Amino acid sequence: MGEEKKAVIKKIQATGQMKKIMADYFYDLDNAAKDDSQKVAWCTSVGPAELLLSMGFKVYYPENHGAMLGATRMASNLIPAANAIGYSPDICSYLTSDIGSYLKKQTPLSMAYKGIEGVPKPDVLVFNTNQCRDVQDWLSWYSREFNAPIIGISTFCNIGDVTDGVLSGIVHQIKELIPILEKVSGNKFDIDKFREVMARSKRCSELWKKVLETNTASPAPMSFFDATIHMGPAVVLRGSDTANDYYELLLKELEERVANKTGAVEDEKFRLYWEGMPIWGKLRNLSEFFISLNTAVIASTYCNSWIFNAFDPDDPFLSMARAYTEIFIVRDENYKEKYIEDIVDRFKLDGIVFHDSKTCPNNSNNRYGMPERLAKKLSVPTLTINGDLNDLRCYSEEQAKTNIEAFIEQLDSK
Amino acid sequence: MDYYAGIDIGASTTKAVIIDDNREIIGHAVVDSGADFEKAGKQAFDSACEMCHCDNPDEIIVTSTGYGRNNVPFAKGTMTEISCHATGSYHYFPFTQTLIDIGGQDSKTIKINESGKRTNFKMNRKCAAGTGAFLEEIAIRLKIPLEQLNELAEKAEKTIPIGSYCTVFTGTEILARIREGVAVADIVKGIFISVIKRVLEMDTMDGNIVMSGGVIAHNPYLVKMFEERIGQKVYVPPHPQLTGAFGAALYSINGKGGFNA
Repeated sequence: MGEEKKAVIKKIQATGQMKKIMADYFYDLDNAAKDDSQKVAWCTSVGPAELLLSMGFKVYYPENHGAMLGATRMASNLIPAANAIGYSPDICSYLTSDIGSYLKKQTPLSMAYKGIEGVPKPDVLVFNTNQCRDVQDWLSWYSREFNAPIIGISTFCNIGDVTDGVLSGIVHQIKELIPILEKVSGNKFDIDKFREVMARSKRCSELWKKVLETNTASPAPMSFFDATIHMGPAVVLRGSDTANDYYELLLKELEERVANKTGAVEDEKFRLYWEGMPIWGKLRNLSEFFISLNTAVIASTYCNSWIFNAFDPDDPFLSMARAYTEIFIVRDENYKEKYIEDIVDRFKLDGIVFHDSKTCPNNSNNRYGMPERLAKKLSVPTLTINGDLNDLRCYSEEQAKTNIEAFIEQLDSK
Repeated sequence: MDYYAGIDIGASTTKAVIIDDNREIIGHAVVDSGADFEKAGKQAFDSACEMCHCDNPDEIIVTSTGYGRNNVPFAKGTMTEISCHATGSYHYFPFTQTLIDIGGQDSKTIKINESGKRTNFKMNRKCAAGTGAFLEEIAIRLKIPLEQLNELAEKAEKTIPIGSYCTVFTGTEILARIREGVAVADIVKGIFISVIKRVLEMDTMDGNIVMSGGVIAHNPYLVKMFEERIGQKVYVPPHPQLTGAFGAALYSINGKGGFNA
């Protein structure tokens, strides 16, 4: 012994194309921010992006920037700056690292894309609280900073059935955004354009779902860690042909892997579910660690969050309200348990890893006894690891790895 | 007769155990882990070999465990301390159990079924409360040698509640008790109760209860207090601090040579 087994991540060939379209997206945004005739809207990642796109806005997603701050491990140095102005270290570390990034004028965008000096200045900020309240507080800070209007949708939380009563309220809120968006953009709302964007987003969602479903194959062609990167276009470019073309390409490659029985993990022995947020600063590290244990982490709630089954161009308002309200994070425990149960069954999983993300209570599903209930109900062991989406001060690598390794040993001894 | 070894490099101490074909411990050693895990592992192994007069240590199959498990170049394989503690404990107590191991840096609860398979485990979260490090910190604060804690707790006449969740808060809580003139022995017993509470909130106590680890080895009164608290007998293996190393040695004898072998 003496050192841990080395592992190699198999490169997905489509990655090059993804990097190109993401770069184009950020340069396009940067140009728009420098051009008075083009308007920039900031939008929450599961927000009414299609409406904004249909009205001619260039759409920027702060959560995507937050994830970049985590993945580049810049976050831990930036969070304290936000803490110092009154944002607690216990709240969303996307928020704190992003505000810290702004305060310290450090962004991964300027490192990755030459000529981009900062995030694009917003003309309007649009939120949906379907994921959490923090997104509203987050965008509110920038609204004050840039003196730009903030508008949004307050979604119910912990709901079981998505009833007509729930949806009518959301539809009403979406429609109320329009006059303000018309004023800021200078463009009249056009339902046909809205339908067109919805149709493209629907296609994006269908393709992304197919991409993720390739992992029902054994061995699974793509890891959860790969998927968190490749979902980038579904987050920031949905509603465009560019995203759809990309997922056609990725899907083809993954289907080839399935046909050739090429797994993301060599000699795949165990298949796991990752529940909760990624630990962005440790994606590669954890990916390699699981590979060294011949374990494929291949299904997650997180990556599935950008599947919007309900999108329907024929009924854009109601279907958008439904799509953005029926996502996992909005739902009650019963729904969530059934959802995970279905995936464990279909993807033939051996265990579930819950990530208790210190600053993301809304997307940490271990805290109300779910791991224990699911372990009993499904006869599938569960493991909870403590960490955080961005704040690596909340993550003990040694402890997490010992827990994961012990979990695999437990599966191995069954 | 062949010999087999387990080396458990923990955050505070490194333990080595050598067993024979009959799974009997014939050599063992405990040394401080310090800042050089590789050195500590070798030192503990050499001392254990010396104890059993082993002439050919190179032929011993070694399995390493603990935080420093990857720092033993002469180990044939590694296993996590979770597996090793479970295996070590089940050897002595072959029945369904909840094993509680209180180590220097972490505490763990491990559920073991009737056939010795692990069904679940939990480790304490990031905070050190409920671990050996917590007791060390409090001993320093009270200026008491660590080895006197057990004796002092036994002498306590009162039960002082210590309610804080973290080591630093507990430290300030103790300052308040000192100001109030509470006897040191009563404070130490309060600290023991605090450790027990932290463990009890980690997991449910199902089946028989076994306790192991360095904290148990040096503070047997903690076991008595735990029994009183849960109203149930607590089993303790013969060398509670060596349970992980012993379990690792059993992996060596089983011929698996460790998970990564």
